[in-house]
Amino acid sequence: MIKTWKIGGEAGFGIMVSGTTFSRSLARAGLYLVETSEYPSLIRGGHNTVAVTFSEKPVYAPYKPVDILVALNKETVIFHKDELAPGASVLYDGTSYDISQENLRPDAVFFSIPFGKLIKESGGEMIMRNTVALGASIAVLGLPFEHLAHILTAQFTKKGQKVVDFNITVAKSGYDYIVVNYKEKITPMKIEKKEKEQMVITGAEASGLGAIAAGIKFFAAYPMTPINALLSYMAAVQVKGNFIYKQPEDEIAAINMAIGASFSGARSMVATSGGGFSLMVEGTSLAGMVEQPVVIIMGMRPGPATGLPTWTGQADLHFILNASQGEFPRIVLAPGDMEEMFKLTAEAFNLADRYQTPTFVLVDKYLFEARFTTNVFHPEEIVIDRGKLLSYEDQIKTPDHNRFQFTEDGISPRGIPGRPGGVFRANSDEHNEAGYSDEEAANTAKMIEKRMKKQQMANMAVPAPIVYGDADAEITFSGWGSTKGAILEAIKKLKVQNSNLKVNYMHVNYINPFPSEAVEQILKNAKRVVDVEGNHNGQLADLIRMKTGIYIKDRILKYDGRPFYPEDIIEGVKKII
Amino acid sequence: MISTSTFNTPCTPNWCPGCGDFGIWSALRRALSNLGWKPSDFVMVYGIGCHGHMVNFLKSYAFETLHGRPIPVAEGIKLANNKLNVIVMAGDGDTFGEGTNHLVHAARRNIDITMILHDNQVYGLTTGQTAPTAQKGFKTKSTPYGVLEEPVNPIGIAVAAGATFIARGFAGDIPFTQSLIEQAIAHKGFSFIDVFQPCVTFNKINTYQWFSDHTYYLPKEYGANDRGEAYKKALEWGDKIPLGILYKEEKPTYEDGIPQIKDKPIIETPLPTREIMDAFINEFI
Ligand SMILES: Cc1ncc(C[n+]2csc(CCOP(=O)(O)OP(=O)(O)O)c2C)c(N)n1
Ligand code: SF4
Ligand SMILES: [Mg+2]
Repeated sequence: MIKTWKIGGEAGFGIMVSGTTFSRSLARAGLYLVETSEYPSLIRGGHNTVAVTFSEKPVYAPYKPVDILVALNKETVIFHKDELAPGASVLYDGTSYDISQENLRPDAVFFSIPFGKLIKESGGEMIMRNTVALGASIAVLGLPFEHLAHILTAQFTKKGQKVVDFNITVAKSGYDYIVVNYKEKITPMKIEKKEKEQMVITGAEASGLGAIAAGIKFFAAYPMTPINALLSYMAAVQVKGNFIYKQPEDEIAAINMAIGASFSGARSMVATSGGGFSLMVEGTSLAGMVEQPVVIIMGMRPGPATGLPTWTGQADLHFILNASQGEFPRIVLAPGDMEEMFKLTAEAFNLADRYQTPTFVLVDKYLFEARFTTNVFHPEEIVIDRGKLLSYEDQIKTPDHNRFQFTEDGISPRGIPGRPGGVFRANSDEHNEAGYSDEEAANTAKMIEKRMKKQQMANMAVPAPIVYGDADAEITFSGWGSTKGAILEAIKKLKVQNSNLKVNYMHVNYINPFPSEAVEQILKNAKRVVDVEGNHNGQLADLIRMKTGIYIKDRILKYDGRPFYPEDIIEGVKKII
Repeated sequence: MISTSTFNTPCTPNWCPGCGDFGIWSALRRALSNLGWKPSDFVMVYGIGCHGHMVNFLKSYAFETLHGRPIPVAEGIKLANNKLNVIVMAGDGDTFGEGTNHLVHAARRNIDITMILHDNQVYGLTTGQTAPTAQKGFKTKSTPYGVLEEPVNPIGIAVAAGATFIARGFAGDIPFTQSLIEQAIAHKGFSFIDVFQPCVTFNKINTYQWFSDHTYYLPKEYGANDRGEAYKKALEWGDKIPLGILYKEEKPTYEDGIPQIKDKPIIETPLPTREIMDAFINEFI
């Protein structure tokens, strides 16, 4: 059974932390989940919510209808009453606000909890309402309190046993209140024993772990939603992880520093969003010109300009594919879940090194900030391939090194400065094999061919997209990046509605190089293709047409700043078919 | 001491005959040879402008970057391998048109790199428009009625931003500029040398003669250890413009504050061990 729990309150109520504590407790109890948060781009004031969709079976996307609403204030009830699912539970404080006039659905089940009184009794402060609510939520689901106690302990251990005990006491008061007063209303989850351990992780953290597993040595990022969580994670683990994180003066500095660090031989990375990347555009072409590997984590949010800073979208695909002057190779990857986030971020470093060119990991606010249960990552399985990076011995064989040597595959051996031989230079002006400026016609053409040869090499090695679902399907969805989860959930639902329906999903996570032939094969054989994307134009569909000539007419497009819910896709399909 | 010809490249300098860039180039070659550095012992980082063409005329590890961006590239090079000696060559357009932000932050970080500014008051490479360092009233292709703004004050900005070695040289005095470069390189921290560099083609006002007539060498008694005094010196303009070291201070560098490179440069540190990786993963289980 898939259920969604939502907690809401004023910003500053500790809503975000409560969501995470709740998620971790559920995961520990053996449930699968997706946690998403909604917040306006303000620090204080404004209304914050966290929603956790969970199930005894794997679940890949958030569901919109709310089964358990935890209202830390009256506004939460007013704002979210229309989202309540049939028979939804509402946890609120009847002693401090009255919701009887709010016309909630008649089948709603009410749990009034005197937050203030319980906190007073355990000697806490009003800001700990969320902790009482967590205890109560765990009780409503019929889960043992032990899971929440374990997570609170881990969370507060650093602050000492007293703080741990205190938080547990406060949480327990909420738990006990439900058990004592609402015993008959509790509907326990039926959890099967899980064979495997699970991680609970955000896209930002998964991407950071991928970078660390790949041996990142330098990371520069200027704060901007949605990459702030990656930035603070990396800043926190840099000493243990043996790499440097630097907050630069701006995004221009970020990418130029990263290119400099890469020149020195460091695996280097930047992260930003569309506005910041606009400032990195010239730097990206510098990396392309001097053939310096650099990984760019590009977190999409709705634009143009400042747009909706704390919301999501997929509208920068063509921007990233086409940004910067001139022609040079680039790699663009678009992970669709936590495992892809980890593996493709790590792979981005290999591709950047192999083709000596800028490599993007295109993510979005939803996938980067949402928290998921996922299989435990295996960093030891990440293979590090530094391409044609010269060894010390090979580089010092000659006093000078032709850094831009013409080769069969367009990829030249790459040295690093500081070694006592193999001296070379990088040059943003067009240059000859030795790196000296050269504007001769023949050299210019040859150098462009050399660089673009690398794109051809990358094209030849591109993996085919995975098709999830039935063979011989009635409906084939196409999508990229973060829509994966919602589409997989929608497929489940469509099949519940009609068990004879055959349906599948073509998931594109290599945007450039683009797997043109494989996509053409899949779509040619498809009976009906429905494209699903978080932008206004259908940017992947247009790219597919450009690459394969195949025109996808049916498109389910969403561009209101919110992620796709499975329901959006079901409704979209209904309209089309 | 090694021969200055060690730094020769297959390319011949294409600066206009008499350009001040020749003077800075000679001063740098002599300083390098005096230090005994080979082309593999340091990294030059250039901006875009006439000065940046030096990438073709001085053999070394080098990176000619984008217009305005040599500083962040140099910082990245240094942070990734703090054993490297890094020298930035930048134009005044490069530094105060596109990239002022970078100079201010590099100076306050006190990152251990040396920066040499080619101060010619014009954009040479784009054929003679005004630079932010040009004097008020200066007529150029882009300011036919004269520059309306006050010039930026390179030394003043370096002083205010917190650079720990600040000097002014003159391309017309090669031994003097050479000595400044040597001292700047020896300095631990961010060192900044503003070098008056006559552009003989596009600046007919600030000529070699003009600089000779309007400058003086700071006397030995000038202590160069007071930031306030240095700022006063930075304001001296007109008939008597000071040359020499305006400020010098010993202070920990940015790199000194990074624990993970205490023993060796970050590129030489090992990848996280299996235990550390497992600990990172376990945080999420
Ligand atoms: C982003 C960008 N804007 C403009 C230019 C054109 N441009 C090239 S050199 C230059 C000015 C050079 O002046 P300066 O930095 O003072 O160097 P100089 O030629 O005087 O040595 C400009 C504007 C460019 N290359 N890149
Ligand atoms: S234009 Fe001016 S700065 Fe450029 S080379 Fe000629 S004299 Fe030197
Ligand atoms: Mg200039």
